[in-house]
Amino acid sequence: MQYICLIYSAPGSSPAPGTPEFGAYMQAYMDFTEEAKQKGAFVAGDALQSIDTATTVTMETGKVETTDGPFAETKETLGGYYLLECKDLDEAIVYASKIPTAQHGRIEVRPIMVFDQ
Amino acid sequence: MSSPPAQLEQTIELTVREEWGRLLASLVAGFGDLQLAEDVLQDAVTDALTNWQHNGLPQSPAAWLLTNARRKAIDRFRRNKRFTELQPDISYLQELEQLDADEPDTMQIIPDKRLELMFTCCHPALDQKSQVALTLRTIAGLSNDEIASAFIDKPSTLAKRLTRAKQKIALAGIPYGVPDNAVIEERIAAILAVIYLIFNEGYSASSGSNLTRQELSEEAIRLARITHELLPEHCEAGGLLALMLLHDSRRLARQSFTGEFISLEDQDRTLWDQARANEGRALIQSILPRGQVGPYQLQASVSALHTEATTWQETDWPQIAALYRLLHNISPTPVVQLNLAVAVSYTESPEVALSMLNEVGQHPEMKTYQPYYAACADIFQRAEKTAEAQQALFKAIELTENEKEKAYLESKRILN
Repeated sequence: MQYICLIYSAPGSSPAPGTPEFGAYMQAYMDFTEEAKQKGAFVAGDALQSIDTATTVTMETGKVETTDGPFAETKETLGGYYLLECKDLDEAIVYASKIPTAQHGRIEVRPIMVFDQ
Repeated sequence: MSSPPAQLEQTIELTVREEWGRLLASLVAGFGDLQLAEDVLQDAVTDALTNWQHNGLPQSPAAWLLTNARRKAIDRFRRNKRFTELQPDISYLQELEQLDADEPDTMQIIPDKRLELMFTCCHPALDQKSQVALTLRTIAGLSNDEIASAFIDKPSTLAKRLTRAKQKIALAGIPYGVPDNAVIEERIAAILAVIYLIFNEGYSASSGSNLTRQELSEEAIRLARITHELLPEHCEAGGLLALMLLHDSRRLARQSFTGEFISLEDQDRTLWDQARANEGRALIQSILPRGQVGPYQLQASVSALHTEATTWQETDWPQIAALYRLLHNISPTPVVQLNLAVAVSYTESPEVALSMLNEVGQHPEMKTYQPYYAACADIFQRAEKTAEAQQALFKAIELTENEKEKAYLESKRILN
């Protein structure tokens, strides 16, 4: 089964670039990605640019409407994801718990929907 | 020879109640689909009534139900065209048919998969209410209506909860099986917590006028027996069973003939179920020497000491206080501190206990915890602080939802 691990944290809660903690934090991510790859679980994974760069699009009114943001109303923001191949939820939970941001944020684990042809 | 229908129905009901969990777990292990397993087992139960009436009772009704349910599941797979088109799954089907050919005539040779199913039902990815409902439905074999009425839930609400939980198990890939060693302790703890919650719901119904819902407690004890049987080496599983047996041995004495709650101090000890108490005591005494002490075993030990005292005055408070101190080391919760304070009120003095209670009362969760105020009322009274005692009693009454318990506290207020 494939699971997506959506990585959420409060803005400013992760180590900032330039601090000594940042290097270790990045290294932890590289180690995690490497482990997932070696065990054959890694399908995809990316970090996202900050929420400041987000644009929200809707067609609710019948035409393309774009808004800048979302901004501060969300306490925790999506910062990245991993798409992992796991045998079951237990395995996915083990991986999620090893994602470095889990130390101060939250990882939402969701199974990928499989459509019948 | 055909049996009369009434007797048949009874046999079916008995078999279903006794064996539901084992049958269901075995089907889930074979087909990996809880909803399917439940559907085909239910169908097999329906078939049993007509079939057994014509052909007489099978040698093992449970094995008959299992074989019949398996056939139904295989039929469903066969009818599913997409399934037969898939090459790898055909071998699976053949495997199942092979399984079907070796028709078991007794339940003894069917591997017991209930523990695996319990781990699924009590998986931490499910909320605890769903864990409780699933466990009662799948392992204990209670009907939706029975579970709904036990938890004062609407049957439709409960049905929705169960459907949602089963869907999540299937879609999120919650496994059927014994978890890895790294998490097994916490996962066993989750199973035990669910069973204890069911017991407590039955033992001290938190609301409504029925003080004890005996059937629910009986189901919890049955679940604990199964768990203890499946995990004989796990001391806390045995400890939980002992604790519930010991608590339950006092069931009759906890209520007057008119239904009023009676505290341990005022209970008629001759009403205690000695057989049940002896079973609980023997169990805890056999487990404690293994040296893997945990909260359930310690609480069972306290309960065992209470059942050993033939009068309230004979209660072994020093030992009880020592056990609560140990328990407090392992799990330093305000509830444990409260119990320790009560024990200390007898081993030392009500005054010493009051200063401990004062400290316990600082915990936010104690502000709405009825037993805290009930204990305060009693200990203030014994310290001859009548005004404070009345105040605490008033607060306790205010916080009591159970009508019988409320009546008991009210009677104390009048007496005092």
